[in-house]
Amino acid sequence: MSSRMFVALCLAPLLIVAAAFFVLPLARLVVVGASGPDGAAAYLAILTEPRYRESLVATVILAVATTVATLITATIVGLFVQRHDFPGRSVLVALLTFPLALPGVVVGFMIILLAGRQGLIGEVARALTGQRLVFAYAAGGLFLGYLYFSIPRVILTIMASVEKLDPQVEEAARALGAGAWAVHRDVILPALVPAFIASGAICFATAMGAFGTAFTLATRTDVLPMVIYTEFTLNANFAMAAALSVGLGIVTWAALAVSRSAAGTSVAAAG
Amino acid sequence: MTANGKGVSLRLENCAKTYPGGIQVLSPMTLEIARGETVVLLGPSGCGKTTTLRIIAGLIQPDHGGRVLFDGVDVTSVPIEKRNVGMVFQSYALFPNMTVAGNIGYGLKIRHVPKAERRKRVDAMMQLVGIDTLHDRRVDQLSGGQRQRVALARAVACQPRVLLLDEPLTALDASLRDRLRTDLNQLFRSLGITTIYVTHDQGEAMALGDRIVVMTKGTIAQVGTPDEIYFRPANRFVAEFIGAANILEGPLQSEVMLLPGGQLHIDGGRTGDTAVAMVRPEAIGIVSPDGASWTGRIQTKIFLGDRLRLTVAEAATSAIVVDASNRLVVQVGDRVGLTVPNGSVRLLTS
Ligand SMILES: Nc1ncnc2c1ncn2[C@@H]1O[C@H](COP(=O)(O)OP(=O)(O)OP(=O)(O)O)[C@@H](O)[C@H]1O
Ligand SMILES: [Mg+2]
Repeated sequence: MSSRMFVALCLAPLLIVAAAFFVLPLARLVVVGASGPDGAAAYLAILTEPRYRESLVATVILAVATTVATLITATIVGLFVQRHDFPGRSVLVALLTFPLALPGVVVGFMIILLAGRQGLIGEVARALTGQRLVFAYAAGGLFLGYLYFSIPRVILTIMASVEKLDPQVEEAARALGAGAWAVHRDVILPALVPAFIASGAICFATAMGAFGTAFTLATRTDVLPMVIYTEFTLNANFAMAAALSVGLGIVTWAALAVSRSAAGTSVAAAG
Repeated sequence: MTANGKGVSLRLENCAKTYPGGIQVLSPMTLEIARGETVVLLGPSGCGKTTTLRIIAGLIQPDHGGRVLFDGVDVTSVPIEKRNVGMVFQSYALFPNMTVAGNIGYGLKIRHVPKAERRKRVDAMMQLVGIDTLHDRRVDQLSGGQRQRVALARAVACQPRVLLLDEPLTALDASLRDRLRTDLNQLFRSLGITTIYVTHDQGEAMALGDRIVVMTKGTIAQVGTPDEIYFRPANRFVAEFIGAANILEGPLQSEVMLLPGGQLHIDGGRTGDTAVAMVRPEAIGIVSPDGASWTGRIQTKIFLGDRLRLTVAEAATSAIVVDASNRLVVQVGDRVGLTVPNGSVRLLTS
């Protein structure tokens, strides 16, 4: 038996499972998407129908904004926490990663407690300015919620990468006259690029598909997962729900694919 | 790049180092290094060589009371990025996101040297270390020896005031190490920068150092030229650490040491209880035992090509090692006479 045959035999069970639980439902989804009164045009409706298009655009913007803000915050915090030893450091790390344990619904609930009609921020703002500040139910609330559950994952990835940096490379840069700012720009951040790409892609994908938080907040901004839910349950428009699902999947998958190829080249460049 | 005496003179004053946790890994040390001199810090692992180098570089601070002076100016509190030192690390620490030229030109870029000028200086550096064809190569596509050269070119490109190297050859295989050692020697001579070179390899230290600082357990055991260190070690540690040494112990009667195999003349010996002396294997001659004042019996014989390495029993309290001519005809078990020329035996303070 050739080794190719052997490998093929070993992979067979995996292929069968993948086909049954992954490819088939996906194929069915694609077919259902085209089974409505408009047929395959339902896919076009994602872009032509204002309600769907706006939701797609809003979701992508929200996911991109979340990713960028998360990367910036997590990098600053991750670098600081990993590089400095101070009393309470491990407690801080535990606190920072605590949101990992919470489902989106709870995160939504916490956002309401923070920025809702009876929220903490509202009370403080009223005490200070006389105006009640409520943004839990707008895009701002969603953004905050998404940040809340994105930052912990990314911080952990960044901290792991920072730990693996070779301190001698930074010392070499400093010996050549590089101050703190130049060392970060020329040595530390370039070395973290693979981590940015990997964790950014996951962050983006998670934000694109997040449902629990949006559902709890029942925001005025309709994100795509909410629209799919509404089409499916309230309007019983299975075809449109399926088409939107495929659209959501394609955008997310494309983002992951692009990041993977970018990571490939950057990893090669970074040696 | 041929003018001699570039760089600064250097002075360490009472530099000690205690790491958090309270262990003093470096006892207060004072060391003077002349302008343009190449000094090697030599010693066993953990003796504090890297710590000393990092204090000079400005990567760590000496304990309170210690001072580092460049050309007489106190730079103790000047951080490394302002000290203008060139550093070469054992791992080379090249920037993986830059090309070879990018690495070498980095210090010039930081100093805002215009692009055209930078390119010229980088090319000159690459020529100097013999890697002029590798300009746009990524550093992960280089061999160990090439990386080492890039690290060196990068360190000297900005004409540093001192060049500091921490075991730059240790990561390379033996034959490459020998070749690069010769190249380094030439480079240091032609650059003429004050250079501090850390190694635990005595061969490297001998080949490269104008002077060698032998260190042990956070203290300086001896400072001297290679031949002072080799022929006139200050103590037993230095004698045994550098090269092969026979340590002889026995009572002294005026200028004669009494040994199990006879007597050995020692210049400057004085009557005392027990003295410790050192003699190098190649300093001992093998002669006929008849009439010899010091004799022994050949215990083992190893032909090393360029010489014959003998161990001789019954001559001293423990077997001694003798490097004899590769043409010498002796058999294991033969009784032989041993001679040592005047001045080749050195009394040690243990
Ligand atoms: N950051 C640190 N904290 C605590 N102890 C340290 C630290 N760095 C070094 N040491 C200790 O200081 C001593 C001297 O270390 P150093 O690195 O100077 O030795 P070395 O002579 O360079 O040895 P090697 O040849 O192995 O590189 C060692 O015992 C080491 O364990
Ligand atoms: Mg060391």
